[in-house]
Amino acid sequence: MNRFAELLDRLVLTPSRNGKLTLLTDYFRSVEDPDRGLALAAITGDLSIAAVKPAMLRALVVERMDPVLFGYSYDYVGDLAETVSLVWPQPQGHIPNHVPTLAEVVGRLQAASRSDGPKVLSRLLDDASISARFAIIKLVTGGLRIGVSARLAKQALADLGQVDVAEIEELWHGLAPPYTELFAWLEGRAEKPTSAALALFRPVMLSNAVDDGDLEKLDPADYAAEWKWDGIRVQAVCEGGVRRLYSRTGDDVSGAFPDLAAAMNFEAALDGELLVGDPRETTGTFSDLQQRLNRKSVSPKIQQQYPAFMRCYDALQIDGEDLRALPFAERRKRLEAFVKTLDPSRFDLSPLVAFSDWETLERLRQAPPHPIIEGVMLKRWDSPYLAGRPKGPWFKWKRDPHTIDAVLMYAQRGHGKRSSFYSDYTFGVWSGPEGSEELVPVGKAYFGFTDEELREIDKYVRDNTIERFGPVRSVRADRRNGLVLEVAFEGLNRSTRHKSGVAMRFPRISRLRWDKPAAEADRIETLQALLDS
Amino acid sequence: MFKAMRASDLLKPRPEGLYCPPGDFFIDPVRPVGRALITHGHSDHARSGHRSVLATQETLDIMGLRYGEDFAGTTQAAALGETLDINGVAVTFHPAGHVMGSAQICVEHGGMRIVASGDYKRQNDATCLPFEPIRCDVFITEATFGLPVFRHPPDHEEIARVLKSAAQFPERSHLIGAYALGKAQRVMRLLRDAGYDRPIYIHGALAKLSEYYQSQGIDLGKLEPGTVESRGKADFAGAIVVGPPSAFADRWARRFPDPISCFASGWMRIRQRAKQGGVELPLIISDHADWDELIITIRETGAEEIWVTHGREEALVRWCELEGIAARPLHLVGYEDEGD
Repeated sequence: MNRFAELLDRLVLTPSRNGKLTLLTDYFRSVEDPDRGLALAAITGDLSIAAVKPAMLRALVVERMDPVLFGYSYDYVGDLAETVSLVWPQPQGHIPNHVPTLAEVVGRLQAASRSDGPKVLSRLLDDASISARFAIIKLVTGGLRIGVSARLAKQALADLGQVDVAEIEELWHGLAPPYTELFAWLEGRAEKPTSAALALFRPVMLSNAVDDGDLEKLDPADYAAEWKWDGIRVQAVCEGGVRRLYSRTGDDVSGAFPDLAAAMNFEAALDGELLVGDPRETTGTFSDLQQRLNRKSVSPKIQQQYPAFMRCYDALQIDGEDLRALPFAERRKRLEAFVKTLDPSRFDLSPLVAFSDWETLERLRQAPPHPIIEGVMLKRWDSPYLAGRPKGPWFKWKRDPHTIDAVLMYAQRGHGKRSSFYSDYTFGVWSGPEGSEELVPVGKAYFGFTDEELREIDKYVRDNTIERFGPVRSVRADRRNGLVLEVAFEGLNRSTRHKSGVAMRFPRISRLRWDKPAAEADRIETLQALLDS
Repeated sequence: MFKAMRASDLLKPRPEGLYCPPGDFFIDPVRPVGRALITHGHSDHARSGHRSVLATQETLDIMGLRYGEDFAGTTQAAALGETLDINGVAVTFHPAGHVMGSAQICVEHGGMRIVASGDYKRQNDATCLPFEPIRCDVFITEATFGLPVFRHPPDHEEIARVLKSAAQFPERSHLIGAYALGKAQRVMRLLRDAGYDRPIYIHGALAKLSEYYQSQGIDLGKLEPGTVESRGKADFAGAIVVGPPSAFADRWARRFPDPISCFASGWMRIRQRAKQGGVELPLIISDHADWDELIITIRETGAEEIWVTHGREEALVRWCELEGIAARPLHLVGYEDEGD
């Protein structure tokens, strides 16, 4: 238990992906079964433990200590799980003679009935160290919130076994905690686990961005073109009555899209884009799609207002036949015939874009017929469906990004190699009537600049600091002073969380405009216009 | 028992600091005064410019290193455990376990005994003498970590975490932020006790004080300046560097390869504090008493009355109330928690 607790403590404060991967692989390497598999399940969200409500936790602790002292403590710390883990009074004279393993903790929690749950939890807390108490409370209150995605955990497993992460993703849904056979395989002690489970995820094929000069080397006749839809890549798999909708990283997202899942009454594995609307009439914008994202439960009203559908562009399996080795041209033919048999309000075909040369396609790319199109995809007619991101068969050729000129407002210190540099920038644009303009923050970016530019901005931040709050500095920014940043971004969403009412997608610094006076940076209206278009 | 003296007549807060009217001296005054008794060398307790200073020899030495030899008109070294008479008031210094030279000051007059503990801790620390509980009528305690959430783990466990991380990330450097007086030397000593025998790189701000500790018989092993400009980044791969916390936000830290920022402080108990400060590896190592130590100490002094100063007074006063011990906050101005 203590090693799991220590892992959580480290992960939550480690910002870099590589750092997290090292911590995870070290943990999986040094901890034995079944503890490591349970830890893995806790991180990927596959561990089921009956939830404990915060109010109950609070009640347990104030039975044991002065409520006033608890109040002072909670006010100071601000996080209930952390406060309870710190103040939990160990019973007088109680010296635990055994540190429970993660498996014992999970076992006792899973075996607890609803009525004796609180008692089981308090016994566990009595026996645990402070860090372990925090980990236990996190397990029972649901959601570790340690900044590690299931995908990253799978990457750590891949690193551990020196295998491709696609192999782990393909296996994943056929496995269950504590994943003993998976670890045995990764450590070379057993064969790769085989699974009889149905409707497993198939690792997806990804594309490369078109770079300067790429197209000149390619023959347009070798490639099909399609619109690049800015939805969510999904894989719909139905097999022997089992239906699953997967995200591109193999997470099962069926629960978030019950309307689409209900229409999945076929025997196939299809690849496509999840969008909202009715494909026969209208395709919703990204803002519409957002109404369906990151929701725990979807009300019937939302489902009706923003119905989910799938725009299909590839077939990996149809009626039990694995099609992945066939060329794209052949798969496309099968797909076209197959989609005709599906519910037309939930499935349609991603149309091909006819073109004869790259110039024609370039014109189409720059003026797509729908706002949710973010460019074109190029797919080699003769290529099989390959997991991962092979260079050559698939390209994405995105519409040029939007840019605005914004003024640097705040800078925050980075981590690791950047820990002594102010490398995360919040920038704003002008708003308000002429003569009393104010900067309103519209986004944050922490890449897009060279190391040399980083040094220049860092110096600028240090020389123009007007206020400091912890690792953040507020930078001089008014009509006459300020550093103008050209910010590139992919799109804009309405946001109620930001004062400006807009949120940028994928913002990055594209140029430093040392030459441009702050007063000439863009106004909020420029962004608002983009939102309405 | 009858006391010829009321506690509040023996020691009382004044803007300059805690004042003893019958003895005509101040304890840890924050402004220049005639006669100052000083508990330890942290700059918020030990200021320069007093006419005369009474402190332990180590505290006097440390003040000399920090402020120059002319930091006071006259100085007098107090030997631990020896009682001095100041204008009829009996004054005795006892070890406080906070940093090298730190002392509690016991003041006795007319049958009333008050112990001003200054800053103190109860965890073992190889760089200073351990705290001695003194029976008294009134105990003046700090409350830097006076909340039940502050529970300092054993320091060797924290040091083990740095060494584990250094083994996990051999290509990166570990920068440990630690206050220049006391904490830094304690951290270095702990690294040595844990078997770390490579050179430890230190920031220039630590050099004089660390040298002083070494001269007093505290073996810190081989220390090398982390300030050599000619050294390449790769040379610092796997290095452990100790410096004042402020240095790590500075350009100074750029010479180190992909540093993992560590901070040795009792505040690191709170995750949000670590997060806000950009600390990746918090080390909960404190030179102040944690909640449990505060409570044990209050009990051990047998004091009937507790005066609580700098820190979170309200929680400790509340605890005393629940225990039936008279307690009140003593509002002294000017103390920060420099030592943590």
